[in-house]
Amino acid sequence: MSTHTFILNGKQTTVECQDDLRLLWVLRDLLGVTGPKYGCGLDVCKACTCHINGKAFNPCSVPVSDIKSTDEITTIEGLPATVGKPLHPMQEAWLELDVPQCGYCQPGQIMAAVALVNEKGSSITDADLDEIRNICRCGTYARIREAIKTAASQM
Amino acid sequence: MTEVVAREDPATADVVVREDHATAHAVSRRRFIGYLIAGPTLIAAAPQFIAPPSARAAGLPTHQPVDDYDLSDMLNEAAAPTSGLITVVVNQDGTVSFALPRAEVGQGITTAVAMTIADEIGLPLSKVNITLADARPELNWNQLTGGSNSMHSIFYPVRAAAAIAKGQLLAAASNILQEPADDLSVVGDSVQAPSGSKVSIATLATKARVTKTRKASALLSGDTYTLVGTPHKRIDGLDIVTGRKQFAMDLKVPNALPTMVCRPPTINGSASKVNNLAQVKAMPGITDVVLIPHTPFVAGGVAVRGQTFGQCIDAVRALDVTWTPGAPAGLSDDTVKKELQSTQLPLPPALPTGQTLESDFTFYFRPGDPLETNCAVANVTATSAEVWSSLKSPIWAKEQLVTILGLPLDAITVHVAQGGGSFGRHLFADAAFEAAAISKAMGKPVKLMWHRTDNFRQGRTHPMAISKVRVQYSGSTVTALNQSHASVATDFSMGFGEIISATLATLPNANSDGYSQTVFNLTQQVPYNFGPVTQLLNEAYTYDTFNTGSTRNIYSPDVVTAIELMVDQTAKAMKMDPVAFRRAYLRDSRLLAVLNAVAKAGNWGRAMPAGTAQGVALHAEYKGACAALVEIDCTPQTVNRSIPDAYTGPRVTKVVVAVDVGLAVNPLGLQAQMMGGAMDGIANALTYSLHLKDGYFLEASWDNAYYTREWNTPFEVQVIVMPPTTGRPGGAGELGVAPAMAATACAYARATGKMPTEFPINHNLPLGFTPYPTTPSIPPSPTDGLAHAY
Repeated sequence: MSTHTFILNGKQTTVECQDDLRLLWVLRDLLGVTGPKYGCGLDVCKACTCHINGKAFNPCSVPVSDIKSTDEITTIEGLPATVGKPLHPMQEAWLELDVPQCGYCQPGQIMAAVALVNEKGSSITDADLDEIRNICRCGTYARIREAIKTAASQM
Repeated sequence: MTEVVAREDPATADVVVREDHATAHAVSRRRFIGYLIAGPTLIAAAPQFIAPPSARAAGLPTHQPVDDYDLSDMLNEAAAPTSGLITVVVNQDGTVSFALPRAEVGQGITTAVAMTIADEIGLPLSKVNITLADARPELNWNQLTGGSNSMHSIFYPVRAAAAIAKGQLLAAASNILQEPADDLSVVGDSVQAPSGSKVSIATLATKARVTKTRKASALLSGDTYTLVGTPHKRIDGLDIVTGRKQFAMDLKVPNALPTMVCRPPTINGSASKVNNLAQVKAMPGITDVVLIPHTPFVAGGVAVRGQTFGQCIDAVRALDVTWTPGAPAGLSDDTVKKELQSTQLPLPPALPTGQTLESDFTFYFRPGDPLETNCAVANVTATSAEVWSSLKSPIWAKEQLVTILGLPLDAITVHVAQGGGSFGRHLFADAAFEAAAISKAMGKPVKLMWHRTDNFRQGRTHPMAISKVRVQYSGSTVTALNQSHASVATDFSMGFGEIISATLATLPNANSDGYSQTVFNLTQQVPYNFGPVTQLLNEAYTYDTFNTGSTRNIYSPDVVTAIELMVDQTAKAMKMDPVAFRRAYLRDSRLLAVLNAVAKAGNWGRAMPAGTAQGVALHAEYKGACAALVEIDCTPQTVNRSIPDAYTGPRVTKVVVAVDVGLAVNPLGLQAQMMGGAMDGIANALTYSLHLKDGYFLEASWDNAYYTREWNTPFEVQVIVMPPTTGRPGGAGELGVAPAMAATACAYARATGKMPTEFPINHNLPLGFTPYPTTPSIPPSPTDGLAHAY
């Protein structure tokens, strides 16, 4: 057991746990932050996608000891605050197009989409969208693609 | 892009119309007797029985029993007698609440039911709260979420209960306002008189209550709707996009610590001995390690409970367990296929004259799981049990827990959690049963979650099947179609959602003879005038050899794909265009209308480059009709795209679906279901399967089992919602799968010039991944996540 400190959704956060515990379980099981979902634990399905210093990553595959005290971790719960609004434009687009079905993968989808647009800029191409690896087993892909294109013009 | 367009002019082709409109309309205008239930606020209940008679067909050149009475009719009639126990409650804050006796797993029924109630009473949608009812055994067959039957069975009872509530609100307001009830209406959050005087629904909630349950009559509002039939966004949309929607693993139940199970190296193996119990118990964070025997209702293995799931994963991987192999040990794709071939019933004798086309098709095992893995929270003590899980058969789950736990029925509470998808998976209560058994064995609350690898390797699948189709024709007339379908048994041991039908399903041969045959015969249909038609089913293996289930659309995707491919072959042999051929032979006006809609919107017959093609297919089920037009790209530059750890292959570039469900309560939600169904259909046709080898499935991750990913997604998906036809909502959740799968297969055949016969088409290509070992039972958690940040 050791002490781990990082910035979670804008707040300095400290947790006691073993070094190799993956960050997803620190968030969900120890800190009660349940927006990031478990879908595989293998860095494949991307349901747990969060941001580290603004970049998308999968906490199921990162030992907590890899996180530095200055690292800013953002989960879906903290996404609106990054733009200082009640909802991020990506969330607005998601609602506008009624993207979700069951909703289980959607926090991860939104976090991945925000990072993709931040990386690629406002003109998102189909080739860019094809790089998204997040699984949606309900098959909402068509609306996801439309929502990302919509939000990209507003980010 | 998506859009709702008006229906095209009805086609003039020569078809026999199936008339089932009149009865539903008659019901919707009927005055009926319901109940006012004694309570602290206004509680209204539906009448006990509203079930219009089933559809009747005219005499037809091709006629099948399913034309007269289908699975939807059966489920509807089963639900009807207890519809009087369905209640809406008016609350003191002016809202109306309804505990829905069905499961929400993404299909959008909470939104559709909220719209229905709000519409009937005249309230804004935001004033209606929908929760999921706990298991209520008194509802018998009326808490089963299956057969895409939820809206079909509950639409009228819900409207009736809402109409009773509204009638009582108006009566109470009439007393207060001293105005005739007939002059009053619900406006916003109040009941209002023409004079402008009004009283709030919040006030009326208690004023309108009754102290003694009594009968009450009301008149349904008829077929003029305000909300029903117009697109509405999901009522849980905001909770979803903010991460606030709670699934079973997000519930905070005191002391219910993370729990996982080390599972056997072959399907349905059993743990016989733990060889390093003390060592694993001493691992960081681990509180309990218990051997859970494999029983008919509990998969079992060695359960570990710990402070975090991460520690559980480490413990599962550290376990050294001696296993007894399961029944499928040694079986592989090839041996199962041979068994299916020996099981397959012979086709009836061929007609002596005319031409014959015949082909065999194989459909490999494919996963039946949602993204949320099997999971449940359970707290079992010596005298009580409480369970939380996404359950589509919660009554059966509760009743079966009596024998699993040895507790009386009234000591067991079963909560239905919001489900992270289902696709038929949650008809079974595997996680709930296993969590309860583990909680009992440990004497502590548990939060059980299956690893993804367990879901693929030990989870439920769409059973492997083969199908033989023979078409005979003479000149320009099809004279017969015969189909013989042989499938690994589909497990129906949840029965129809309660203990009696569930127990019956486990008796020798009853699963196959009683349930599979019933479901097959009440759902499968050849919608063409092909003269005498037979569709036969036979099953191999007992229902519990493999872990199977009613995966989304059950038999239809495979059965319809086999038929529609042969329809295209027949059209080709007759030198007819596939759409023109279907128009000529269809025997259902609603199918003809959806076919015409996709042909027009999809620009059927447009010139396309070599290696690309269109395909079209259709299917009627759940009192609905659906057609899909698909465009596929099979050119080498598309097929050979290279994406790391992925299967690319042919790409469906465009899908146009037209759907007629009789009455689309929420067209936006219906479109979503068709899009999802199309993604499943594409996966089933092109990419998604499990390879059985020596008693286990090689796939262990989403990068092994290739469900549709973004790089397989069509660039354009259009869903056309047809205007109301029957006036009554049919089923939506499964309807799109079969047409989309079949249309994809037909498009592939036309693009490549070769009819596919093995599904998915990539199944017998060299394996695209290195299988994870079976021991340890789950892979290690990666550590290099930061290297992939973007």
